[in-house]
Amino acid sequence: MSADVELNNVSVTFGSFYAAKSVNVKINGGEFFSFLGPSGCGKTTLLRAISGFQDPSEGSVLIDNKDMSGIGPNKRPTSLIFQNLALFPLMSVSENIAFSLEVRGVSKGDRQKRADELLELIALEGQGEKKVHQLSGGQKQRVAIARALAVEPKVLLLDEPLSALDLKLRQRMRTELREIQKRVNITFIYITHDQGEALTMSDRIAVMNEGEIEQIGPCDEVYNNPLTPFVATFVGENNPLFGKVKEINQNKIKIETPDGDFVSTMNENKKLNIGDEAIAFVRPESLFMPRDGDSFDNLIDVNIESFEFEGNIKNFYATLKSGTKIKFSIPNAIDTSSISSGTKLQLGFESTKSSILPKAQLAID
Amino acid sequence: MGNYLFTQPFFKKNGKAIAIYFLVAIVFWFVFLVIIPQLYMLDLSFRSNVPPLARGGPQDYYTMEHYQHFVFGSKTSLDAFNFVDLGVFGRTILVSIMVTIANLLFCYPIAFYIAKIANPSTARLLIVSLIIPFWINELLRSFALRILFANEGVINNFLTGIGVIDQSILFITYDIGLYTGLVYAYILLMMFPLYNAIESLDINQIEAAKDLGSSSLRTHWRIVIPHAKPGIVSGCTMVFMLTVGALATPVVLSSPNTLWFPQLIYQWFNMNDNWSRGSAYSIILLIISVIFVLAMMRIFKVKIGEIIK
Repeated sequence: MSADVELNNVSVTFGSFYAAKSVNVKINGGEFFSFLGPSGCGKTTLLRAISGFQDPSEGSVLIDNKDMSGIGPNKRPTSLIFQNLALFPLMSVSENIAFSLEVRGVSKGDRQKRADELLELIALEGQGEKKVHQLSGGQKQRVAIARALAVEPKVLLLDEPLSALDLKLRQRMRTELREIQKRVNITFIYITHDQGEALTMSDRIAVMNEGEIEQIGPCDEVYNNPLTPFVATFVGENNPLFGKVKEINQNKIKIETPDGDFVSTMNENKKLNIGDEAIAFVRPESLFMPRDGDSFDNLIDVNIESFEFEGNIKNFYATLKSGTKIKFSIPNAIDTSSISSGTKLQLGFESTKSSILPKAQLAID
Repeated sequence: MGNYLFTQPFFKKNGKAIAIYFLVAIVFWFVFLVIIPQLYMLDLSFRSNVPPLARGGPQDYYTMEHYQHFVFGSKTSLDAFNFVDLGVFGRTILVSIMVTIANLLFCYPIAFYIAKIANPSTARLLIVSLIIPFWINELLRSFALRILFANEGVINNFLTGIGVIDQSILFITYDIGLYTGLVYAYILLMMFPLYNAIESLDINQIEAAKDLGSSSLRTHWRIVIPHAKPGIVSGCTMVFMLTVGALATPVVLSSPNTLWFPQLIYQWFNMNDNWSRGSAYSIILLIISVIFVLAMMRIFKVKIGEIIK
């Protein structure tokens, strides 16, 4: 059983500070939804508003179309997984998992049965008698998930639960979380500042900045068609090229910059007029070295400064004519031995792979 | 020998001067302040009561008579047991246990409030207001309570003044003043271990329990109290030991017809000039305190290391 979660115009204020500002979002039942944003952007506040630990100052939280105002965290159909997991150190693994049943007065035998089922779900059969401190980081993670699932919540809330794990384990847990979500088929709401986590697991993401949602959409849409400079630079990497709008026709927009004119496909949300200050964004992986016969919508002259080897790709750092710095990456499989510091190159990128957005705050500032 | 000593890791780690200072301080404390006085008292409690000049003479011999006196009374008494002393002893233990429990019940919510609910500035204010009264000497605090509880005291005058009662309540006669005084006397020794223990609990643990559907009461029972157990045991043992050994508060606040066990000890030492019997009674009190600590550790399943922490 999963449930829709709806935030209607939710604001949370602390004194005169808006931790969340007029947030509107409808999360569908069974969806894996992530709030993505830098620390302090208000994503945890929203999660606490959904779980019932924080009353919204304005607006309302609806779960399963029911207004949750005045309903405490222990009465909501939600379970929260804390950043530090908050497992109970003095209880055994089974006791931890069955705690929610214990407080509901479920008999000991039934509790044990349910705990065993959940231990199986998280592949920890027969380890129920262990104490929490005897488990590894990944196992603790899974126990926290099992404990949260024991009440059969309609919505599972996850507050950056993977942030304490090392890279390999984190990557494995991403896949595992996604699989568990599919198996139990309930709504997952995930909070993270790690865009990789958000993109790999989520059906949709909401990118937040300073208490407000900047963009909501499926991962690829947010990545490929960011609506604001903040989203463009927070989700993945992006090179900003500052300039002024020069031409607009049906579905193309042209920007004039000190390093040349660039064209991008228009998307409907952008309210730009000729002469407006704007930024063209192009991602490092969308910049190519043209080979014979290639033609690109946009060309750009660069002067290589340095490069670094990352394994699957090589990153090159270059300057443009105006002094603007730019980064591009080339798959390791391509021979780049002719490029070194001081090399002058011409790079190309397609108009469909670039976005031109009204000038505003960047995430990298 | 000296050179061998100075090559030990302890000396290398701390440096010669500091290492010697540590050793001297520890040895002085342990030997002169702990072992010798206790052994001396233990020895004295088994010896006949003789004036200092007769020490070592024929009248100075080892005997169980002081312990026998505690249980059976004086040889001239007609009673089978020393009902008076045993009664005082039993009552002291019982009341001390009640005082300890009352202290725990009183301090737990306050400690929890300061540690987990109050904002930092309120918490600081509350802690300071707990401490300030204890800048005043215990004896004076007891007298202050006596003024409050006296038959013509502040409370009685107030209650008669507003017409709630028409006759004074005999707080002192019924030892209500004493019990209040004893609860108040060592309250900080309950408050701070409890506060420290509760403060160290991750707030997420409380929220997690709540999120999983737990009521406040159950969260306290299953999460907060188990976590605070070492603090509870530590507070209880300290309050019990100090209450059972209290002298100033009972002297000032107990009703004229009740005695507190340490008052009895005091009488043997000072009024009856029987140091041996006083020592025997002190040893009995010490044993009871040790038994109490061991019992607490057994009941709450905590180790001595956790209590001291």
